[in-house]
Amino acid sequence: MHQELIDAITGMDEESAARLTDHLLDAGVAPADILDDCKAAMDIVGKRFETGEVFIPELIFAGDILGQIAGRVKPRMAAAGQQQQRIGKVVIGTVQGDIHDIAKDIVAFMLDINGFEVTDLGVDVAPETFVETARAQGARIVGLSGFLTLAYEPMKETVAQLRALDPGIRVMIGGGQMDGKVRDYTGADAYGKDAMAAVALAKGWA
Amino acid sequence: MSPETATPLTQEQKIDARLDAWVSTEGKPFASPEIAGAYRARAQRYADVCRLRVPDRVPTIATTGDLQQHMMGVTLADYFYDYPKAVAAAIAFYDKFPLVEYFPFSNFQPGPVFDKVQYQLYRWPGAQLGPNQGYQYVEGEYMAADEYDELIRNPEAWLLRTYWPRIMPGLKGLAGFPSLLGSLELPFVPFFFAGIGSPQVTEALETMLEASRLTGEFNAHMGQLIGTAMFAKGLPVTLGGFSKAPFDFLGDTLRGTRSVMMDLFRRPAKVLAACEAITPLAVKMAVDAAVNSGVPFAFLPLHKGADGFMSDADFAKFYWPSLEATLRGIVAQGVIPMMFVEGGYNTRLAHMAEAGLPAGTTAWMFDQTDMAKVKKFIGPWAAIGGNVPGSLFQTGTPAEMRAYVRDLMETCKPGGGFWMSPGVVLDHATEENFQAWLEAGVEFGAY
Repeated sequence: MHQELIDAITGMDEESAARLTDHLLDAGVAPADILDDCKAAMDIVGKRFETGEVFIPELIFAGDILGQIAGRVKPRMAAAGQQQQRIGKVVIGTVQGDIHDIAKDIVAFMLDINGFEVTDLGVDVAPETFVETARAQGARIVGLSGFLTLAYEPMKETVAQLRALDPGIRVMIGGGQMDGKVRDYTGADAYGKDAMAAVALAKGWA
Repeated sequence: MSPETATPLTQEQKIDARLDAWVSTEGKPFASPEIAGAYRARAQRYADVCRLRVPDRVPTIATTGDLQQHMMGVTLADYFYDYPKAVAAAIAFYDKFPLVEYFPFSNFQPGPVFDKVQYQLYRWPGAQLGPNQGYQYVEGEYMAADEYDELIRNPEAWLLRTYWPRIMPGLKGLAGFPSLLGSLELPFVPFFFAGIGSPQVTEALETMLEASRLTGEFNAHMGQLIGTAMFAKGLPVTLGGFSKAPFDFLGDTLRGTRSVMMDLFRRPAKVLAACEAITPLAVKMAVDAAVNSGVPFAFLPLHKGADGFMSDADFAKFYWPSLEATLRGIVAQGVIPMMFVEGGYNTRLAHMAEAGLPAGTTAWMFDQTDMAKVKKFIGPWAAIGGNVPGSLFQTGTPAEMRAYVRDLMETCKPGGGFWMSPGVVLDHATEENFQAWLEAGVEFGAY
């Protein structure tokens, strides 16, 4: 672990984070170790988010800093033929009829940084697309996002089609007008109120 | 006493004068004395709430988006492209629910106008979206980070020449709009009008005129609908002007959510300066329409100040000051700003209460905020409403709805200053739940 880099990320200091990353890489530190630092930093940011010390701006900005670090690190990983370890596969998307993506993107990012292989289908995703992707990927966890009340029906339909594919598949929902009542209505397994809740749910199912 | 003879009046007197004119039935073409009486009673009820008096009963105001369309069996696209059909459906909706007592705004919009200017910020039904997909914003960065200075220096000039061509390609010729200084000296004037006469500017202006003509067509139908609602059904219109918090103007459709959130770290001073530059425009937009329409309420949906969107410290620094200045500016001209507080505001209430906004001059419709806290922190100085969950309208039962309304009334009704609304702009509800909500409003709303 490289505490200075972790501190730069959790302190929202993007210039230091970039400089330290270059410095570590030049010093011969393994790219995978730097990604571990990123994960450790994001764990801290995530915990602070859960406890209400930081908020969406910090999640987005830390995510952007991590993206910059990944851009520096991943070419070297590819060159070295290294791959990240993954703990499970998640298919995620905003359901049919809804084109909101901000919250869904944050959830996808947090799942990715927490070790999941995430397939992000984007917005306005048809139920059949979720089903086909889950089948093709062998994913057992699906995240359905929706910002508007119009998302309830397509969520319900998507859950039904996913259950038909695989009765044991785990489905979580989240987004602006979602709550426990909508979970019951749609037949999903769980409702997560934010990105950290989604990570906790996915880890419980992985 | 006219509110326009403004100087000797306090802002409270201006508000009262505008409210009195709005409540009054004199000189308005009501279909019968009974309908005029119903209008007056309903309008007075809401005016009382806004001024923190105890009305005869809690007003129930249905905020609807796509609800009418779904219930009356027309498409959302019809409400964008088939105006007579939309008007007929809306009136049938009022007839179906006689307990709808205020004009329910809906997503009745002029699709051809958006088509004409090639509006890029949204997708809407019947155009880029299917006939029953609701209109939605396309998240994006529509203003670059290096454009802050231009926006701050002269917001409207930047909007006109740079932003409009970007978000409305039909008006791209406005990029060449000549300097307004050209009209300040006689020998300059020909140069100014020669600039106006350039092919690209002319084309843009002609497109604007056509968009204006298309809006006029729409407004003829909207006018017919509002006329029927008010004068034949006795439904007061409760929204006259529109605006937003300056931070939301900046963050929603200029910088976009991701970019403005990162700007809080990368260029905080620019964010604050931009909000300050936008504030007088936000006031003017709200006041002009409210005064011109004779409906002294301005609707401000609040977006990025919600719990979780930023820390309380950032809310106090970046979001609230320019919003407060906007509200004070609107109130100073005798118009009541009505904020739709989307998401939760639980951690913001104490800070808002400390601002000391004048009592009885603002109204706040809440979404997911704890209404007991709202009553405690906001109730003493402002009208409050909202909170009935959209999920309950769609997935609950009439019995659950009745119980929810009963509890909400118990929390918020005492002492007046409360109206009942959904916590959302309703797109979906079962008929039974919607009717149960209206009935519960009458059952539990009486004082």
